[in-house]
Amino acid sequence: MSEFINGILRLRRGPWEMLASVLIALGVVMLMQPVAIWLYTYSFVVTLVGTIMFIIVSHFPE
Amino acid sequence: MSASPLDQVAAATPVQMATKIKGLSDRAIAWIFVTPTILILLAINIFPLIWTIRLSFTDFRVNRPNAEVSWVGLRNYERVLTDPDIWTAMQATAHFLIWTIVLQVLIGFTLAYLINKKFRGNDLWTTIIVLPMMLSPAVVGNFWTFLYQPQIGLFNYAVSFFTGIDPSSFSMIGDVNLAPWSIVIVDTWMWSPFVMLICLAGLRSIPDSIYEAAECDRASKWRQFWTITIPMVLPFLMLAVLFRGIENFKMFDLVVQLTGGGPGSLTELSSINLKREAFEKWRTGYASAYAVILFVTVFGLASIYVKALNRVKNR
Repeated sequence: MSEFINGILRLRRGPWEMLASVLIALGVVMLMQPVAIWLYTYSFVVTLVGTIMFIIVSHFPE
Repeated sequence: MSASPLDQVAAATPVQMATKIKGLSDRAIAWIFVTPTILILLAINIFPLIWTIRLSFTDFRVNRPNAEVSWVGLRNYERVLTDPDIWTAMQATAHFLIWTIVLQVLIGFTLAYLINKKFRGNDLWTTIIVLPMMLSPAVVGNFWTFLYQPQIGLFNYAVSFFTGIDPSSFSMIGDVNLAPWSIVIVDTWMWSPFVMLICLAGLRSIPDSIYEAAECDRASKWRQFWTITIPMVLPFLMLAVLFRGIENFKMFDLVVQLTGGGPGSLTELSSINLKREAFEKWRTGYASAYAVILFVTVFGLASIYVKALNRVKNR
């Protein structure tokens, strides 16, 4: 866990990509879940933030 | 000594052309070759995408081209993301996507594993199995409508044969509980052979020497399957899931032909719903926002999937 936080603080690609992937996956689950419409409403923002973050952090150093 | 391929190409180049490109750097020549492709890509991929994003912020309606178009900001996105009908379509898409991928991977991999064994008539069986994926989705949708007929449909008779249920007592396409499964069954029937072919390529790429070494180490067949076969086929399997996932996310023709989105809007997948918004209700701006949402979702999923695929390949 501390390695992950260190990676985030030192702007390393691995942990940031992981964070972006989690956001994208969360957004997709929110988009398609049958439980609450408010989750569906905010799904696009979460997916968009994750996708843009993924594009940016894939240029970070390893 | 024979001439190298480069010398052969140089010798075969007409003198006129050689003179024309003389003096240009390799980089310039590369650009000359690549530029037409880039221009075509920009014209047919990038431009429509940017145009759709622009339209998603307006109230443009394509059936009223002369009407004044006003900028509505994020209102289209707000309306799409609070529309219960679209939310229902997303759930129908999720059901379709998850079950088709699970079934296609299981059936496709099993078929590939069996076909990979050497037996008589192997090639004939491969040809028979891959036949469904060679058919047009519209044709498949059409003939499965006949197979699903309660009175004359072969599918109902097959179910009746195995379970004893009266064939005319249920309708796969008309029943609210069975309709979502009817499209899953047809898509699985049609596309499992595709997953099988990709898995077969993976299985055939595993060198026999690895299995021979495992035999020498007295590894059981079960152990060989989990420690050799599965890890080495995994990148291929993931590729198949990526292809099928993206394809099924935008599934349209097969479902339209089979159920038309019915009964009600139970099997109305997001792409069918999007088409209705764009070309039946003519809400172009609204449909553009909907399309952008779907695009970002598929793009995001494909990004993490490609990353996972690279990680598995590098392992």
